[in-house]
Amino acid sequence: MSAPLLEVEGLRMHFFTKAGVVKAVDDASFSLERGRILGLVGESGSGKSMTGYSILGLVDPPGRIVGGHIRFEGRDLVGLSNAQWRGLRGNRIAMIFQDPMMTLNPVLRIDTQMIEAVRAHHAVSRAEARDRSREALAKVGIAAPDERLRAYPHHLSGGMRQRVAIAIALLNRPALVIADEPTTALDVTIQGQILYEMQKLCRESATALIWITHDLSVIAGLADDVCVMYAGRIVESGSVDEVLDRPLHPYTRGLLESVPGRNAPGRPLPQIPGMAPSPLQSLDGCPFRPRCGRATEACRTQPPSQSFGTRRVRCAHPLA
Amino acid sequence: MNEATRDLVAAAAEAAATGTTAPVGVQSPWRRILADFAESRLALVGLALLVAIALAALTAPWISPQNPYDLSQLDVLDSKLAPGEASMNGTVHWLGTDDQGRDMLSAILYGLRISLGVGVSSVVCALALGLVLGLAAAYFGGWVDAVVMRVVDLQLSFPSILIALILLAVLGQGVGKIVVALVTVQWAYYARTVRSSALVERQKEYIEAAEVLALSRARIVLRHLLPNCLPPLIVVATVQVAHAIALEATLSFLGLGLPITEPSLGLLIANGFQYLLSGKYWISFYPGVALMLTIIAINLVADQLRDVLNPRLSR
Amino acid sequence: MVAYALRRLGQSFLVLVAMSLLVFVGVYAIGNPVELLVNPQADAIERARATAALGLDKPLAEQFLVFLRGALHADLGHSFVYNVPAIQLVLQRLPATLELAFCATVLAIALGIPLGLVAGLRPKSLVGRTIMAGSILGFSLPTFWVGLVLIMVFSVELGWLPPNGRGETVLLFGVPVSFLTVDGLKHLAMPALNLALFKLALLIRLTRAGAREALLQDYVRFARAKGLSASRVIGVHVLKNILIPIVTVIGLELGSVIAFAIVTESIFAWPGTGKLLIDSINQLDRPVIVAYLMVIVLIFVVINFAVDVLYSLLDPRVRLGGATAGAH
Repeated sequence: MSAPLLEVEGLRMHFFTKAGVVKAVDDASFSLERGRILGLVGESGSGKSMTGYSILGLVDPPGRIVGGHIRFEGRDLVGLSNAQWRGLRGNRIAMIFQDPMMTLNPVLRIDTQMIEAVRAHHAVSRAEARDRSREALAKVGIAAPDERLRAYPHHLSGGMRQRVAIAIALLNRPALVIADEPTTALDVTIQGQILYEMQKLCRESATALIWITHDLSVIAGLADDVCVMYAGRIVESGSVDEVLDRPLHPYTRGLLESVPGRNAPGRPLPQIPGMAPSPLQSLDGCPFRPRCGRATEACRTQPPSQSFGTRRVRCAHPLA
Repeated sequence: MNEATRDLVAAAAEAAATGTTAPVGVQSPWRRILADFAESRLALVGLALLVAIALAALTAPWISPQNPYDLSQLDVLDSKLAPGEASMNGTVHWLGTDDQGRDMLSAILYGLRISLGVGVSSVVCALALGLVLGLAAAYFGGWVDAVVMRVVDLQLSFPSILIALILLAVLGQGVGKIVVALVTVQWAYYARTVRSSALVERQKEYIEAAEVLALSRARIVLRHLLPNCLPPLIVVATVQVAHAIALEATLSFLGLGLPITEPSLGLLIANGFQYLLSGKYWISFYPGVALMLTIIAINLVADQLRDVLNPRLSR
Repeated sequence: MVAYALRRLGQSFLVLVAMSLLVFVGVYAIGNPVELLVNPQADAIERARATAALGLDKPLAEQFLVFLRGALHADLGHSFVYNVPAIQLVLQRLPATLELAFCATVLAIALGIPLGLVAGLRPKSLVGRTIMAGSILGFSLPTFWVGLVLIMVFSVELGWLPPNGRGETVLLFGVPVSFLTVDGLKHLAMPALNLALFKLALLIRLTRAGAREALLQDYVRFARAKGLSASRVIGVHVLKNILIPIVTVIGLELGSVIAFAIVTESIFAWPGTGKLLIDSINQLDRPVIVAYLMVIVLIFVVINFAVDVLYSLLDPRVRLGGATAGAH
């Protein structure tokens, strides 16, 4: 088997603020093969978005990657120069953000924003870039692409703007697309459509996809593999079927049990007791300990990462 | 995740994004404002300077070497002495004398008094007027709002100096008239600022809740709308003190401001202007320096206040 | 778009009429110019004759109508002092003022926007902080004081530049301008810089604030994620967004530059309308004051209208006019 497309090893990303050090990503490790879809699941503040930004080097001060490796196509991305990043971003790795309203520049036309994305990486004429843009828009299911090209972002609906963002991401046929909660800000009906489109496009072009979300149900239908994050750490990872069917980490099980669809109507919804730790607190041992029903003294030290086949779990007392 | 956690995360993220001190935990907003303010050394310098100037102005009659407006103390033979020279009776004039023999240092201290007094009082009056009108416009809406805002827009689209000039040409000279002119020029800023904040606050749900509870209108406006409109107002008012002082100085310089009986710094500068080209710079220069320091100090303080009280810069 | 323009045009006209009423009422309450122009020993008959000759004995309403009719024919009366048409006096000196204002504005823009961008992109660096400190100075110091210092330094001490007056002029489209001659430029340098200082500081601060806010926006992050070069991200994405409020401010401030020229003209003895105004106020020469105010009001209204149109052209979100017209 060839080397994985992306290998994240021991990634540590901290924010150095006046109030203290925030360990946004604390020792995350996972890998992704070409053409596979990985779901990165976690609640707000779990560090999932920050992991995505780290891969693209979009972490702004006072944040900084302090340790670990991110190997993409064999290259370590930690410590790349600005010029090297520019060659990669939008070209080999692309990103889609959460809020379609603000990711497109409101005072520039759609075609301007698409053409510049093409011409930043390929020396083609404006006409050629325009053609590619038109094709990309058609591929994401936008009708009358010529009209849309001449439009401004505020002329389009939220769903359409996100499709444009997706089209831009796929313009230069990247090997990896990172999608940071792209459907959270959209209607549920549009969500479904966009999910379907993305899955289709990625399969067709063998583009690897990292889908960052807090919604487990999205992952269930979309991804091949899943990583569950909590308090900056990956607490469980494996294939979607296995993890959702037989979770090994108490947190994962808690998440699954609190999904409304899984519960009989009329009965109280199970919840994970307690609350997620503040990112400013430094944690001894397992961060989930205060909320876990299975915690023991052994959990006061950092739990080891245990492997079960292709699955990994970071727990002193994994389920089953 | 519950609200408290979300707040903590947001606080950490805010601290992360802006690097400002947003300590985890509850802190009184005033303490936080003071702490944020003190972050800038420049602003603290400005504040210290301002306090020193204000004190000097307040105690002018007691600390100045000479009463510059007591004609019996003046001797025209002492006129136009350079800084540091001694006069006929042996006193050293550290900043020189003007063409009538007045000690510049004293004249400047008295002038500061008048300039600051006129500046601050005009701001206070304009603030009161603008506050009332702005709140009324925001709370009552409808035609009250329309009328007030039309007038505000019209007035703000014309330069203050022109309005002040014409007003003074009509009213004549005198301290009261200058204050009237300054108030007329300024109130519109306050009215507009207050109205904007009040409109934003008005949409918020707690106002609706207060109205549903049938709290009296006065209570709603005073206890709920007003406190939230204060931060931008404080910033505007502080900057406007500097503007008022500068405008008054300019008007006096042009000969349309305060009369000779109550010379502000502007008039002192105007007096000395004719001697500039012959090398007796100090008659204009030092009053100008005093004016400059005052205005700079106020602006330094206002700048930091604006950054500290601006909700948009901290995500 | 056309409907929007027409509506603004109509509003501008109303403003013009309202302002002329205000100007008329305000100015005609000033003292009594007869006292100034007539021999103090003149008896009542003399005064009455002078009053009638100047048209001051008619009721105020009638005077206003005469005034309006005259204004429409560009006849705003004769100067009490010089006995030439007031409007002629103002228009004669207008080119000098406009030239000064124009040069000051160009200077402020050419220096202000780049400096502001630098300060916004590197706010904590030495350069950034120096620029901001400088802008505080430029913003706070009263214009006349700066002019004074400029004269002290460049004329008295260094002797490089002349302290007052306007330089040689040449005709450009029939209008005398002085920036095309070297002598003219030497005379223009200090007054233009003096007048520009306030706006320069304002522009620096605006541009910096705009840049700082823009950099926090998601579209900047998205642009970087596309692999665009820093110069494109700043030069196109950021700049176009912050130019909108800046252009509005420049336009609106243009009028105040013309007004503040009054002070600069007084200091540098620049033969423009400002000096004319001050003298007229002191001499109670009402028609000239009125003529000046009417010209200024007209200029303002035109500028405001042009800025509105320009703004709607720049910001595509406003183009449909109507409810969004009040957005700025």
